[in-house]
Amino acid sequence: MLQIKPILAALKRHKAGTILIAMQIALTLAIVCNAIFIIHQRLERVQRPTGMVESDLLAIQSRFVGTQETQAGPLVKADLVALRQLPGVQDAVAMNSYPLRGGGWSTGVRTDVDAKNSKAHTTQYFGDEHALGTMALKLIAGRNFRSDEIVEADPQALPDPAVIIVSKALADKMYPDGSALGKTMYIGDSKTPSTIIGIVERLQVPWNGTWSDSFYENSLIQPVQLTSAFTNYLIRAKPGQLADLVKAAPAALVKTNRMRVIPSERGVRTFAEVREYAYKGDRGMAILMGVVCLVLLGITAAGIVGLTSFWVGQRRKQIGVRRALGATKRDILSYFLTENLLIGVAGVVIGALLAVGMNLWLVTQFEMARLSVTYVLIGVVALLGLGQGATLAPAMRASRVSPVEATRSV
Amino acid sequence: MFGYYLDLALRSLRRNKILTALMVLAIALGIGASMTTLTVLHVLSGDPLPGTSDSLFYPQVDPRDMDGYEEGKRPADQVTWTDGLNLLHAKRADRQALMTGGAVPVQPAQSNIDPFFSDARYTSSDFFPMFKVPFMYGRPWTEGEDNSRARVVVISRKLNEKLFGGKDSTGQTLRMKDTAFQVIGVLDEWKPTPRFYDIYMQSYGSVEDVFVPLSTSRDVHFEHSGSTDCWGTGGGDDEHAETSPCTWLQFWVQIDGADKVKAYHDYLVHYSQEQKTLGRFQRPPNVALPGLMEWMDINKVVPGDVRLQAWLALGFLLVCLVNTVGLMLAKFLRRSGELGVRRALGASKREVFMQLLVESGVIGLAGGFCGLLLAFVGLWLVRKQPSDYAALAHMSVGMLTFTFLLAVGSTLLAGLLPAWRACQITPALQLKSQ
Repeated sequence: MLQIKPILAALKRHKAGTILIAMQIALTLAIVCNAIFIIHQRLERVQRPTGMVESDLLAIQSRFVGTQETQAGPLVKADLVALRQLPGVQDAVAMNSYPLRGGGWSTGVRTDVDAKNSKAHTTQYFGDEHALGTMALKLIAGRNFRSDEIVEADPQALPDPAVIIVSKALADKMYPDGSALGKTMYIGDSKTPSTIIGIVERLQVPWNGTWSDSFYENSLIQPVQLTSAFTNYLIRAKPGQLADLVKAAPAALVKTNRMRVIPSERGVRTFAEVREYAYKGDRGMAILMGVVCLVLLGITAAGIVGLTSFWVGQRRKQIGVRRALGATKRDILSYFLTENLLIGVAGVVIGALLAVGMNLWLVTQFEMARLSVTYVLIGVVALLGLGQGATLAPAMRASRVSPVEATRSV
Repeated sequence: MFGYYLDLALRSLRRNKILTALMVLAIALGIGASMTTLTVLHVLSGDPLPGTSDSLFYPQVDPRDMDGYEEGKRPADQVTWTDGLNLLHAKRADRQALMTGGAVPVQPAQSNIDPFFSDARYTSSDFFPMFKVPFMYGRPWTEGEDNSRARVVVISRKLNEKLFGGKDSTGQTLRMKDTAFQVIGVLDEWKPTPRFYDIYMQSYGSVEDVFVPLSTSRDVHFEHSGSTDCWGTGGGDDEHAETSPCTWLQFWVQIDGADKVKAYHDYLVHYSQEQKTLGRFQRPPNVALPGLMEWMDINKVVPGDVRLQAWLALGFLLVCLVNTVGLMLAKFLRRSGELGVRRALGASKREVFMQLLVESGVIGLAGGFCGLLLAFVGLWLVRKQPSDYAALAHMSVGMLTFTFLLAVGSTLLAGLLPAWRACQITPALQLKSQ
């Protein structure tokens, strides 16, 4: 470390190069920190569990044609009978939506009938007593619906349900002391209470965008069989039967009633496909960010190698003199590594400030969280390491310069 | 002289192939990434109706109750049935159209085509002339047909091909939701991007296949879909949509001339006051009259991810350029000896400077060319994505030229500092140390 002073003196003679390397390190650090942060956020979102057992699950979208929009009750019932009788089907349910579908219903809920503002926002699922079993939700308290609790209803004239099942997240939000089971809540503008008879461990909302992040596990299920012509069927296959059902289930539906539309695009999907489609954008963004990070680091490393090699070439004579005066190979090696470290430290200090500034700007422009210090620290360590690694080869070459060079061509 | 410099540049670049390749690659990657993302951004933030959009406005009033009222907040995003009809019938603008979207069951006469659902737009007659919608056959419906709730329909070119084999189908009958409609018009290819008139439904989707008069759609109970915002006791169901306190329609006007825009704004304030006196509105008059492009901006129609990618790519390009500056500096300074000789033999600083700039220009050209190829690959990858705007990602001639200018311009800029530094060397010193 005694070498710092002469290094600084040497760097003063290479201001342009020094500033360029420091600048490049700073910019790379700022971009890489924010990119890794975005990658992490996206991956965290992609890995959020829905609360369902997602294997062996099939989703079919169907819309009856030629019936009144809200009077398809008997048709849906016939569909469910046909589906549940299919070999290979363990259970099936007709719902308004399901996690990661992309569209659904949401409403405010209150615990106090006179409250002006709702206490929480939640999604509403409608289904019969088969909903829990088909989705394979984990009931952690209370019980499932009984078949006599299920009512048929027109989606435009929904009755206030006497009983509901809620997700744990919603239960905790409404009754933070954990006493939600058996208590009541009011859905939307309703004046009639609904009693919580069951709590499931987790049930995600149908959306996965940032706007739903504030309530993404707040869900409630109403014991309602909707009579609308538009229905989403969720089907749980017996183990190993899913592949056959992809063809058999829609065929059975068409056989039950031909007057229907099952969209050719995304009309029949296994839940793995649903998940992939829902998160395609997030995954694509994460991959893109990852590639950009790698390429950026590569380019920065190449830039450091290039400039350091040039400096080594320029100073061969001086290196020779130092060697002739008794400097060891290690001394020369550590000279260049220290030089790079000094530039690197300057670069990462500016880069850390830039990274935080860039993040603050991103927060105002895009729906994004604040960058945590960990990312900056990881970035700092990575870039300093990268700088040292990139300097190593030219520095090794420098250390091999023989003392004889000192005597040559002056 | 230029030819000689070019020759010198090529010789010098050939001498250190790895370094040259590195510089070209860095610029190509930076340019390729920037151009891919900027092209997508450019396409998505473009003007859906060039030449017309300046005179299109989106009037907004605030019919909501006092719940959640805050001064200075924007008025309601859409209009209620009552306000929509009032404003439509007042005819204070040059043209005006009230509209909403939905899906209708189409029951083809041919038995070989299963019934299916088509996206539909329920609107009033001015929609077509106001948005300059091109017709292939037939005509739009008239105001009279609006008022008489006529069973008429205008269909898209795509639907016409599917149902009528692309022939002139005007006068034919189309059954939708058990009601017979007469086809009076077929649209030609029309793809406003973004689909500005209803940004709450897939802003980059294709236009609807079925257009029927708004009045008729209410008459035959066509289902309405899209954003519906209710307050108080509003239920938002279709049957009571006309009377319940909900906003669910988009209202567009065409106003030619700046004075008239001001007059229309005043009219909206006046209208709000009048409605408040009548007891329908509760809030103090809160109106807005954004133009088409302003309305796109307010609603952030361009996806955040696309803007984020564009910024990321520009940052990436910046690093690539800084990197190139560094490498070129090293390269030029390494040739101090050679440049010293040239200077000593009589080349002026200016000439040495020009020579080095030509060299960086060559790198820029090569980088720009490779970057362009990368941008084409990048856009091809974007088109493989499932997003609704994916299909729109195409390079235009303007963007192509811009890419090239950006590549060469930025590399020349990057070459300035190294070239300037290199031509500062004193010939005597360089010659001495040889």
